Amino acid sequence: MSAISYVYTFLFYAAAVLLVGGLVRKIYIYAKTPAPLKIPTTPAPVTRAGVVYRMFKEVVLFESLFKGNKPTWLFAFLFHFGLLLVLIRHTRYFVEHVPSLIAMSQWAGIYAGMAMVAGLLGLLARRIVVDRVRYISSPSDYLILLLLISIGLSGLGMKYVAHTDIVQVKAFFLGLLRFDWQNLPSDGVLLVHLALVAILMMIFAYSKLLHGVGIFFSPTRNQVDNARERRHIADWAKPLDKSSGQ
Amino acid sequence: MAKEIETPEVKEYLDVPHIQPGVMQGDGPFIAKPEHQEPLGFPGELVPDWQNKAIDKLGELKSKYRSLQLFLDICVKCGSCTDKCHYFLGTADPKNMPVARQDLLRKVYRRYYTIWGKFGFTRKLVGAQELTREVLDDWYNYYHQCSECRRCSVFCPYGIDTAEITMAAREILDSVGIGMKYTNEIIAKVFKIGNNLGLPGPALKMTLEDLEEEIEDDTGVKVELPVDREGVDVLLITPSADFFAEPHIDGLIGYAKVFHEAGVSWTVSSYASEAANFSMFIGSYENMKRQAERIRKAALDLGVKRIIHGECGHAWRAAYSFWNTLAGVGHGGDDAYSRELQKQLDPAYPVPQHICEFTWDLIQRDVLTLDPSENDHMTLTFHDSCNVARASRMGDKPGGQFEIPRNVIKAVCNNYVDMPHHTIGEETYCCGGGGGLLTDDLMEVRIKGALPRMQALKTTMEGKGVTHMAAICAICKTQFSKVMPYYEIGMDRIVSVHQLVSNAIKLTGQED
Repeated sequence: MSAISYVYTFLFYAAAVLLVGGLVRKIYIYAKTPAPLKIPTTPAPVTRAGVVYRMFKEVVLFESLFKGNKPTWLFAFLFHFGLLLVLIRHTRYFVEHVPSLIAMSQWAGIYAGMAMVAGLLGLLARRIVVDRVRYISSPSDYLILLLLISIGLSGLGMKYVAHTDIVQVKAFFLGLLRFDWQNLPSDGVLLVHLALVAILMMIFAYSKLLHGVGIFFSPTRNQVDNARERRHIADWAKPLDKSSGQ
Repeated sequence: MAKEIETPEVKEYLDVPHIQPGVMQGDGPFIAKPEHQEPLGFPGELVPDWQNKAIDKLGELKSKYRSLQLFLDICVKCGSCTDKCHYFLGTADPKNMPVARQDLLRKVYRRYYTIWGKFGFTRKLVGAQELTREVLDDWYNYYHQCSECRRCSVFCPYGIDTAEITMAAREILDSVGIGMKYTNEIIAKVFKIGNNLGLPGPALKMTLEDLEEEIEDDTGVKVELPVDREGVDVLLITPSADFFAEPHIDGLIGYAKVFHEAGVSWTVSSYASEAANFSMFIGSYENMKRQAERIRKAALDLGVKRIIHGECGHAWRAAYSFWNTLAGVGHGGDDAYSRELQKQLDPAYPVPQHICEFTWDLIQRDVLTLDPSENDHMTLTFHDSCNVARASRMGDKPGGQFEIPRNVIKAVCNNYVDMPHHTIGEETYCCGGGGGLLTDDLMEVRIKGALPRMQALKTTMEGKGVTHMAAICAICKTQFSKVMPYYEIGMDRIVSVHQLVSNAIKLTGQED
């Protein structure tokens, strides 16, 4: 096995540990931290099923962003939906026998990759051009966009410009999953693509990218509007209750 | 203080301004004195070790409120909220963009509570910042240019609510000894006397007796406004502004006439003569609970079966969303504390019930005799108050808080027109004086923050012939009667919803 293969083997294990460990830690924190008051943004659903529907519209369709800003919604939707299809396309590198549905949808992944990059470029342009968005942007906000754009472009580059040995790439990742480590092709574009993906995995749970998980815990979106019918109280607030007779 | 305040120009459409950094930089509202701070359990003045205390308080709050922890983490700076705040639209100061307001706290969170804050290089990368005196002063200034109206949260893809951040920031400021005079002085007054005004029981009784006389002179019918009457069905909790301010008091007369015609016995309490809960504005759970428990105690002492709430926005949020949590004033509790009051309450009615829900039910059942032509000299529109619109409900269905007040108005008025849809309902603009900003030392913020609402009102007045705007919030009513003249609208153009009901209602035995 080549030295670079060892480096990337280590890199991806480290990235996976940081990603999973970080997410587990944050999910634990969000799950155990109470929302002591009823604060759904109203009008809000009055049933649990209604909350599921509200959350579905938020997570899948970005409903609130659509209300707020149409161009940002368009770019964000292109990027996220594109990314989803790209991820589905990439599952072929992680399963021995590719399910026919994923095999059939491979063509869509290519267009999705382009849509993803287009969306990201739109988001970047907005960040630079609109004075309000420029004001609220930190270097990290630009860097995350550039990171994702570079991942997208290097990925498309391997499809259209500099091919790599994808059979060996698949062997490398299946090897990682089975702890039976394999060589990784040492093509420049591939190494860049994978290094950037590893960085993305490493920062995911420690940056604003947490929004992908955090949204499910957002009390303004996930609470049922039933404050008058059910008493909602946090554990830390219970000892404050003292009957007025005392 | 003699700074000339320029009223923003009202154009045909509301423009999103280009940012003008620093235009609303300032000292913020008057700082609370020790005698305003200490009754609330806060230090009287800036504590010596304030920096560490503030950082610790931030840590404590984020472990008690998931909203705070989550909202500090997950904002992606998409910018959807940046043009949604009335204070930004009215002032163009970028720190009044919701996300930038949150960032004042978020950058300190990133410095002390994330990995990026540990190294000089990564601090710059993520915009993490030390908690310096300048940052603390910025907090005091800009967290008092937020009315906690939640408009930004409607448009946030993750539901990030700047109100939660503002409340946390104000609680941190209070905990290190820098409170806001207006809110904290008022809260101390509630603890001491029972209402925001400091109106003692005997004065309240006299005021209500005067009102009884006024109604009798006007209609020939004796309508009671009882105080501390035990054994009645309904306890009315209403903002104390209803006892003296215009047009609030005309609304109170309306409630009294409605109770009279419905034949429902009721009372106000001199102990809990205040619906407002300003402790919500400063994010203090403990003080909010202390205030809410006055309502609980009054209900227990008077033995009422129902609790009805007058026209007030933030107070309706506190009542509708928080009373059950804070003081067991509601249904569905299964602990001894909440059962104590619950067993006395009539399960057939929601607790608390809004006066508009109560009146609309009577109208639907044809209990009231109404003559809408009594309001024919006006063409009405309705201002959805922020806390009613985005933090509460009326009726059984989501959105009832928009329909029920409008239904009441339409039942008592022949002429009604809505303002543009993106300025009402869940997208309603704050009056500019909510969230504890209704004080003369924040006049510039109040006038400029009113711009979006004034723009919508003015174009509806000019285009659709609207003459008056009705509201169901004591703060909105006071704010509008004060700022409308700056926009060349008469201060008498703001009316109470139950003032309209009062005009139209024909009391049994009333002579024409």
